[in-house]
Parts: sequence; structure tokens; C-alpha cells
Amino acid sequence: MAIIRHPKDFFAGLIFIAFGIAAIVIGSNYTLGTAARMGPGYFPRILGILLILLGAALTLRALRLKGAPLPRWKWRPTLIVIGSVVLFGLIVTHIGLVFSTIVLIVLSSAASPEFRPKEAFISGILLAALAVGVFVIALKLQLQIWPWTSGILPWSS
Amino acid sequence: MDLLNHLALGFGVAMTPVNLLYALIGALVGTLIGVLPGIGPVATIAMLLPTTYALQPVSALIMLAGIYYGAQYGGSTTSILLNMPGETSSAVTCLDGHQMALQGQAGAALAIAALGSFFAGCISTIFVATVAVPLSELALKFGPAEYCSLMTLGLIGAVVLAHGSLLNAIAMVVLGLLLGIVGTDVNSGTARFAFGIPELIDGIGVVSVAMGLFGFAEIVINLETEEKRELVTSKVSTLWLTKDQFKQAWPAVLRGTGLGSILGLLPGGGAMLASFGSYALEKKVAKDPSRFGRGAIQGVAGPESANNAGAQTSFIPLLTLGIPENAVMALMVGAMTIHNIQPGPQVMTANPQLFWGLVTSMWIGNLMLVVLNLPLIGMWIKLLQVPYRVLYPAILLFCAIGVYTISNASFDVSQTAAFGALGVLFVKLECEPAPLLLGFVLGPMMEENLRRAMLLSRGDPTVFLTRPISLAMLIAAALLLVLIAAPNLRKKREEAFAEAET
Repeated sequence: MAIIRHPKDFFAGLIFIAFGIAAIVIGSNYTLGTAARMGPGYFPRILGILLILLGAALTLRALRLKGAPLPRWKWRPTLIVIGSVVLFGLIVTHIGLVFSTIVLIVLSSAASPEFRPKEAFISGILLAALAVGVFVIALKLQLQIWPWTSGILPWSS
Repeated sequence: MDLLNHLALGFGVAMTPVNLLYALIGALVGTLIGVLPGIGPVATIAMLLPTTYALQPVSALIMLAGIYYGAQYGGSTTSILLNMPGETSSAVTCLDGHQMALQGQAGAALAIAALGSFFAGCISTIFVATVAVPLSELALKFGPAEYCSLMTLGLIGAVVLAHGSLLNAIAMVVLGLLLGIVGTDVNSGTARFAFGIPELIDGIGVVSVAMGLFGFAEIVINLETEEKRELVTSKVSTLWLTKDQFKQAWPAVLRGTGLGSILGLLPGGGAMLASFGSYALEKKVAKDPSRFGRGAIQGVAGPESANNAGAQTSFIPLLTLGIPENAVMALMVGAMTIHNIQPGPQVMTANPQLFWGLVTSMWIGNLMLVVLNLPLIGMWIKLLQVPYRVLYPAILLFCAIGVYTISNASFDVSQTAAFGALGVLFVKLECEPAPLLLGFVLGPMMEENLRRAMLLSRGDPTVFLTRPISLAMLIAAALLLVLIAAPNLRKKREEAFAEAET
């Protein structure tokens, strides 16, 4: 790591370069047009080139300028938080708001080092009731509540 | 007399029971999330944006604006009682506010924060009303070339004031512009960067970007670095000031309001910059600067007035020029677009009820806040005792439901989660997300104006330099860049940020 003196800028630069290259490669399918009559590919091409230049400048500068090392990344919170939200989005259309809320709350609570399963479960039930109250009853949003019905009470339909 | 007529029109709109209710909801929600550390106005507005579909546009904007300035009130409570900023814009309030609380003057600190905010809110409402008319008249004369240069200036300004490295922030803006043009190109109908995904053909939603980068990423980072909170509650008895304290505080309130109103106008400005700037100013003008950091009431009065003033005047560029200057205003663009309102100078002429209703609602909201907040402080303190491990799953839930209900699509939720992961990565690499969000909302506008300008000039790029207003704005942008790159100024800027952080 002796060559990379500013790892944060170095990797940030690489990310920008990657986005820039992607913009140009994917954007090459779109008509470029001329400066007076720009096609859909013109502006993305400019942005792609800019991104590559800026990314390259950052990356090269990182070899010269000294910076702090990369911070530690604890994977657990990221994976659990992001994962539980994705899961919520996938299941809420199928099993309805109440159960997906409980799943989201219990699962995402596990990202905290002070996770207490029982507390999380109770909080899940309370929040499910609150969510139904706020989003379905008060704001009248079209959301499925239970896996089997769209009514507020489990037995109504 | 025009001003009075305008304000009368505005009050007529803002005082209807429905709009009063939404101003109240906005102000209360804003205070709530201002009090709670770990969720800011950007994530909250993103969360509530989908629920405003059904509302009248003016009610929706009144509520969302209330969240922003309400958050400035709430943020100070947490700073004073907990020594941790409920909002970034209240970070400097921790320095002296918490010291005051430790010395048993929590009540005085809370009172001056609320009163200063209210005073600033009143003055800056009038400021918005007076400045907005001439500015929007000027803006009506702008052609596409001017708009392009104006957006460049706005984005450069935002970048210069962003934390961290300049190159980095410019790259974030460009990345934002690129993400902003994902979706169908209006001129040719080509679906760009959509990868055949139907949801992407309509473009990436601003809610997903903002909620992911600001909301989810912040939760993850908080979970990695769990902090201990110490609450000072015992001493909040008399919520009032002594005569002496009042005498010391009021000049600071005046200075804070003035500075905040001006800093709020600048691109990249708003509440946060205003409060940092004001703290530095108070320290400079004080007879005995060593008192700062040990419970100087000016250190609370100045920044707390300034952040409210800044929050409100940052609406001016949005409402008159159509240029959002910070992340919250970027979301307001999103909110206006949902209701088919193109932000810009034409709002005032085509939609005067909306414009003046929104402006006057800020004054009403501020009044509600000062009346409600001082008695409600006890309730906010109770809320602060809810542990974060219970709080953050609830925030996640409301975010997830909010984004899902935009179009009942699982894809939107996954997309937001993806931006959350990207946001965590950006935090790790010290890339500020705010410039990206600004670029994101300006992307389509910038492309459209660039195309038009170039079409009108028949492909001649010197059009940006031959039109005087456009040239002036580009020169200003270039000057900003040169100034910030100059070594001694850069040092000053770093010092200012460092000071704000310690």
C-alpha cells in the first residue's frame, strides 16, 4: 500500500472512472447528433468523459497526496439493514403490510449490537398497527394488509 | 404596497384551516425528527413526499417546508440537552448550549434558541417576500444559455461549500447529473441507461436517491459507531431568560439573523452553513472570546437564529430561479414536479397563491413552533429516552413503506436500498452525497437548456461567453473555483470546518 498514499481518494477515483466508462460504453448505443442538434447520446458522452478525467485526477493525486487509511467496514449493519429493506419490498406485495412489517422490524433490529428479540417482536406488532393506522386508514393508501384480504380486520374482505 | 397585497394574498391561503393543519403537521414532524438524532430533514421529506400526492400542491409544499424549519427548532433541543446534534445545523449549538445546560441554565438556552429562531423566522419571511419579486423578474429574462451558466454557478457554489475535497465533490456532481438523465429522453424518446427495466424508463426517483444516500446510509453508519448519550433533564425548570441574559443575547440574534439570511441565499448554503458562519462571527465580535465553549449565551443565540434564517432564505433561489441550492431544496424540486409545477420565476406569476401562501406559511409555522415548543419540551425529552435500537427499525419501516407506496413497486424499494449501500460506500470514502443529489435533480434541466442554447446558437459554444449575464455567472463560478483552490483560503476553509467539528 506504499504507492497508494490516499486510499480513500484512490478508490473513489476508481469508482468515478468505472461510472464514466459505463456511461460511454452503454451510451454509445444512443445517437450522438451534432453540437447544434444534440442527440440522446451527446450529454451522457460529455458527462462520461468528465467523470473519467475527474476520477483519473483523483486516483493519480492519491499517489502523491497523503491521506487517512480506509476506515474499517463492519459488514453486519450494512448487510442486515439493506437486506431487510429489500426483503420487505419483495414480500409486502404478497403477504401484506402487517406480516412484512413484523419481519422487517425483527430482522433489521438484529443489526444492533444490543439486539433483544422479544422487544423487537413487540415493537414490530405495535408498529404494524401504527403503519396500518397511518398509511391505510389516515392516508388512505392502497396497501394490502393481510396475505388473504385487503380489509383492515383479518376476517373482513 | 405591492408587498402588503402579496402578503395579504399569502395569508389568505395560508390561514385556511387545511393549510394551517398541514403547517402544524410539518412543523411538528420537523421538530420531532430534529430532536431525534439519526434522521434528518432530507430523509424525512423523502419519506413523506409520496404521501403528498393526494394533497393540494400548496398544502404539500407548506407541510414539507415546515419539516425543514421545524427541524432547526428541534435540533437545538438535542444539542443543548444531549450534547449531540439532532441536526447537523445545530452542531455548533452543542458547544455552548450544552455547557449552559451543565451549569443549570438549560431553560435559558432552550428559551433563547426558540425565541431567536422565531425572530429570525419573522425577519427572513419578510426578506423572502421582498427579494423574491425583483429576482424572479430578472430570471424571467434568462434564456437557455443563462440558465445553463446559472446552474453551473449553482453547482460549483454547492461544491465549494461542500465538505472535503473539491475534485471529489465535482465528480459527485457529474455523477449526479448522469444519474439524473437515466430514463426516457424527452426529445428522441430513447430510453437511456434503462437496461430494459420498465421502472427505469421513467427515470430514477428522487425519493430513492435521497432516502438511500441520506436516510439508510446514516442509519448504517450510526449502527457502526454507537454513541453513548447523556441526558441533562433535571435542570429544565424555568424556561425563561434573565434580564442580563436577554441583554447579552439580542445583538447576537440580530447578527445571526442577518448573516443567516445572506448565507441562506448562496448556492450550497442553507441552515448548516449559516449556523457555522454565525458561531465564527460571534466569537470574532465578542469582547472575551474565551467564554465561548464554556456556556456563552451568544454562542447559542447567534447560530440558532442563523440556521432558521438560512433555512428560510434558501427557498429564494428555488422559488425565483428554479435552482435548488442544497439537498432539501433538491427534494422540494421533486415535490413540485410531482404536482406538475416547474420551479422557477414563472411560479410567482402563474401561481401566486402557491408562492405567497408558502412564504407566509413559514411565518405562521414559526409562530406555532415557538408557542408549542417550549411547553412541549418535556415530551421531546421523553422521546429522546427511546433507545436507538428501537428507533432505527421504525425509521427504516416508514422509509420502506414511503418509497413502496410511490407506485406499489418492489423495484423502488430495492433501488432505494441499493442507493443506501452506495451511500455507505460514499461515507467510507468521504464523498459528500449532497452535491450528487443536486446534480441529480438538475441533470435533465441542464441537458435541456444546453441543447436549446446550442440549437439557438447553431452549435456555437461561445454563446455562453458572448451573452453578458451568462458570462458574468461563468466568471463568478470560475472565481469561486480559483479562490477555493488558492492555498491560504483553502486553509481558512478547512479551519472553519475543523472549528465547527470540535
